[in-house]
Amino acid sequence: MRAQIRPALMLLLIFTVLTGLLYPLVVTGIAQLVFPSQANGSLISSNGQTVGSSLIGQQFDDPKYFWGRLSATGPYPYNAAASSGSNLGPTNPALLDEVKARIAALKAADPTNTQPIPVDLVTSSGSGLDPNISIAAALYQLPRVARARGLSEAAVRTLVDKYTQGRQLGFLGEPRVNVLELNLALDGIKK
Amino acid sequence: MNIFSWLQLIFYMVVLIALAKPLGLYMTRVYQGEKTFLDPVLRPVEKLIYRLGGVHPDEEMNWKVYAIAMMLFNGLGLLAVYAIQRLQGFLPLNPQGFGAVSPDSSWNTAISFATNTNWQGYGGETTMSYLSQMLALTTQNFVSAATGMAILIAMIRGLVRHTAKTIGNFWVDLTRTVLYILLPLAFVLALVLVSQGVVQTFSQYKTANLLQPTSYQQAQTDASGNPVKDASGNPVMVTVQQTTQSLAVGPAASQIAIKQLGTNGGGFFNVNSAHPFENSTPLSNFLEVLSILMIPAALCYTFGKMVGDTRQGWAILAAMTIIFVVLLAGTVWAEQTPNPAITSLGVDARQTAINPGGNMEGKDVRFGVANSALWATATTAASNGSVNSMHDSNMPLGGMIPLWLLHLGEVIYGGVGSGLYGMLAFVIVAVFVAGLMVGRTPEYLGKKIEAYEMKMASLILLIPVFTALTGTAIGVMSAAGRATIFNPGPHGFTEVLYAFSSATANNGSAFAGLGANTPFYNTALGFVLFFARYWLAIPALAIGGSLALKKKVPAAGAGTLATHTPLFIFWLIAVVIIVGALGFLPALALGPIVEHLMIFH
Repeated sequence: MRAQIRPALMLLLIFTVLTGLLYPLVVTGIAQLVFPSQANGSLISSNGQTVGSSLIGQQFDDPKYFWGRLSATGPYPYNAAASSGSNLGPTNPALLDEVKARIAALKAADPTNTQPIPVDLVTSSGSGLDPNISIAAALYQLPRVARARGLSEAAVRTLVDKYTQGRQLGFLGEPRVNVLELNLALDGIKK
Repeated sequence: MNIFSWLQLIFYMVVLIALAKPLGLYMTRVYQGEKTFLDPVLRPVEKLIYRLGGVHPDEEMNWKVYAIAMMLFNGLGLLAVYAIQRLQGFLPLNPQGFGAVSPDSSWNTAISFATNTNWQGYGGETTMSYLSQMLALTTQNFVSAATGMAILIAMIRGLVRHTAKTIGNFWVDLTRTVLYILLPLAFVLALVLVSQGVVQTFSQYKTANLLQPTSYQQAQTDASGNPVKDASGNPVMVTVQQTTQSLAVGPAASQIAIKQLGTNGGGFFNVNSAHPFENSTPLSNFLEVLSILMIPAALCYTFGKMVGDTRQGWAILAAMTIIFVVLLAGTVWAEQTPNPAITSLGVDARQTAINPGGNMEGKDVRFGVANSALWATATTAASNGSVNSMHDSNMPLGGMIPLWLLHLGEVIYGGVGSGLYGMLAFVIVAVFVAGLMVGRTPEYLGKKIEAYEMKMASLILLIPVFTALTGTAIGVMSAAGRATIFNPGPHGFTEVLYAFSSATANNGSAFAGLGANTPFYNTALGFVLFFARYWLAIPALAIGGSLALKKKVPAAGAGTLATHTPLFIFWLIAVVIIVGALGFLPALALGPIVEHLMIFH
């Protein structure tokens, strides 16, 4: 037993320095050199101001913007300093209340739209920070946004297509629309 | 399921199995002390570590000394993690100025990371300084994973050797695992993850101006932080205008790489790998979910190689893979099924080329249903416990399959090292039961399986049933346990069952609605974590030690059960399933099965 005390102490110390200090430091050094934008949060700037991250969603409920997923972060939605999912189970009445409230809000902003609402538009994301919606969810909102901005649907459609990402490498993940980037483009902030 | 769902799942399985041989071969070389292509760089470092640590690499240990060394090292690690969290307020690299983590949460996290569980009772970005994440958590991610792999290798040596007293040197196995296997893989993976958008910086949290400012209601507080009440005693609410977004960042990629590879699972951020800064793209997702099962699957090949018969390794890998594929298909199917309560409101949850469909609550769009279900299955098959979707929001059966994988004892690939030594316990039981049926002395790889090995294997199989079910019973019968249940009805029971099952299996994933960062859960789960890890690891080493002492039985006769045939593979599957089902089916019936019937009656 006593013979093992020194190796136990020393190896813990050595591995703490090696894997807890040197390893993250070296990775940070290389990351900052080779991938500075990604390593620092893929930030979007406009006129010297940071207006968001292309990977983190923001809350939208103005009819002239595309809306993202529901976000369960507290105390306000899309709080990127405290990520959280809703954790509502499939039989929880609170889940249905949230879905109903979202449907009501979508209908109130666009009363004439009778299409069925895509499921990702009425449910909370896992991260509470989902930057994306499905293409179906963007197309559902397209007439509303076009009307609110006095633009033709074709013009808005062009922008939607521009901020649509396909499946990565042709087959990984889901095709998706980046909500913040699309809204920034609609406001003419992002070209 | 559309063609893309199938393609992604098949691609995953093909890559996983294809990597088993090359990686397994490399790990064999590492553990047998042979030369590897990294020797020119790492051999001097290795020698230096032995010199500084006073390690005599040629001195081998019997199983008891091996166990003592392992326990000592883990115990010291546990104390270090506890101390760093309690002192983080005084330590550097704390740009957000977080104070000390609470004592019960620190205790829980210390045990949880030392035992390779990484149950996240805390929210990373609101609790832990960068230094704590690195020094305490990242370090344990490496060494707790290496501990599991070392124990496995010691047990394998017990099978290989005959009339031998020793089963290796813990310090050597630990050092070589970290240096030659985990560090190089983590280093490469971390950089690839950064290229996809995973953050890696020491900067304080970033601030962005919101495009559309948002307002919310908040309880007003007075100067001393107490809520202000109006005349009738209701809290006074004030409207807060939020014009900026604070973006939590940090040295995340380096920790995420090892938490995936080492089947640790503790995320940098609260929502783990659902967070876009922790798992940014479908490609980062693929690599992270591949990393969960890569080493455990390859260790099967290492096992076969070390015992001198690769068919034995392939047989175990086949048994694991068959169970995994069936359960994976079940989870994907369950999650692709829309929630009828939601579709009845006129919501379109059919899967199309532009609509992920299915149950999207708790899932991010970039992953969709297939990748979320794949992750949920892989993370619970292994003792990883990271998540990329919220299991609490899964459909009843989509949550039950991951839960049941915890109950199978984390032997379907399982944790790095611990998965295979758990599976070898099942193999011993399978061989023993088969031997009883034909009236022969059971043998495995030329070693007689006798009462001592069976007792130890039974401990490995039965202790988890005891800790998971007793813990759940205490949880649902005590006021403190019930107080923080989040979802009503049978789902709430499942939350508690999942928590104690996750702790028992050293998994770390959660039905996260359960408020587990309370003194009750932090303490109770901490104990379960501790017992479930070491009460299994020590019997595993004891089996290794006992087998090493035995003579090799001369060439297997006609009455010996071959352990590499399809017959044995299915027999092993049956034993795993029967033990798992017998132990836990009644509990599952009270939770997810009832809930499923409530929805689809």
